[in-house]
Amino acid sequence: MNFEHILEHHIMDHAMFPMFSLGPVQMSMSQHLMIMWIVGGFLTLVTTFAARSQSRLAAGLRGGIEPVILYVRDEILHPIFHDATETYLPYFLTLFFFIFTANLAGLIPWSASVTGNISVTAGLAICTFVMMQFAGAKEQGPIEYVKHICPGGLPFWLIPLIFAIEVMGMFAKCIALCIRLFANMVAGHVVSLAFLSLIFIFAAASKAVGLAVAPAAVGLALFVYLLDVLVSLLQAYIFTMLTALFVGAAVHPH
Amino acid sequence: MLYIGLGYIGVALGAGICLVGGAMGIAKCAASALEGAARQPEAAGSLQTMMIIPAAMIEGLGLLALVIAFLAVGALNKGVPVAGGSPAAAEGAAHAGK
Repeated sequence: MNFEHILEHHIMDHAMFPMFSLGPVQMSMSQHLMIMWIVGGFLTLVTTFAARSQSRLAAGLRGGIEPVILYVRDEILHPIFHDATETYLPYFLTLFFFIFTANLAGLIPWSASVTGNISVTAGLAICTFVMMQFAGAKEQGPIEYVKHICPGGLPFWLIPLIFAIEVMGMFAKCIALCIRLFANMVAGHVVSLAFLSLIFIFAAASKAVGLAVAPAAVGLALFVYLLDVLVSLLQAYIFTMLTALFVGAAVHPH
Repeated sequence: MLYIGLGYIGVALGAGICLVGGAMGIAKCAASALEGAARQPEAAGSLQTMMIIPAAMIEGLGLLALVIAFLAVGALNKGVPVAGGSPAAAEGAAHAGK
């Protein structure tokens, strides 16, 4: 039982039972997949209830969720998309609420950190990449979009090099989005684990010292846990804001 | 065993230097935001919004250093039995280090 073993048990994904195979890839039901479905179902139910129901509980929920939605629409999307805000609002709201809820769900004991799995964040980054291409091609037309990937006013012999750099830049931005979210979530868990392991490291020397360190270590781990709640919200906001920036740059590149 | 120890030192130094650069960048960004808010308090809100985005992007780079450090330490741990590697690997490492 060492640090790595505990990390591997808590952060990596574990298959529960096999479901079906797509060619050589075995799609089995795993912890992270189940938590993702639970998060999606929970969000669908809660937001539908808050939006449609007439009860007082729903009115209270509306009071909590509506400022967040208005913030995403007016502070993130409107400065970037201006008149086209309504077109992109559903995607960005889904993205923000899914990342926020999945980040918070990773902090609940006995639940799994879904956004701490790099495949999940890679899926979100691929959604961003596809959104950039399709929004750019839809708003400008495919040929104009490809022509606008290079900024205007370049000497003709620089264009192939700048084009290659810009395309690599598009990939690099999405990869950075993926790794930023993944590493923020995993780092929060690893630091909590490291502080709690201090108790056992000191207890290996003598039980009394281990007991004495316990309140301080639990206090530190609690502080990092609260910081992780803040980081969950911040990373959801950053992911949404950066995706909006990249899609906005693809839609009107000036 | 010496080269495994040097490997650990190298990984830690590399991650540390990455983080120093990141911290300096974010500190400069925050200092400019504070100074701007001190000169013009009514711009404090928009300055705060503008500060968060570069801070998060630079923090992403710092966390990239953390991810690389984890991967490197995971590979190095294969040669050390107490950290989860097999004793045969430690034998091979000790033999090659002679």
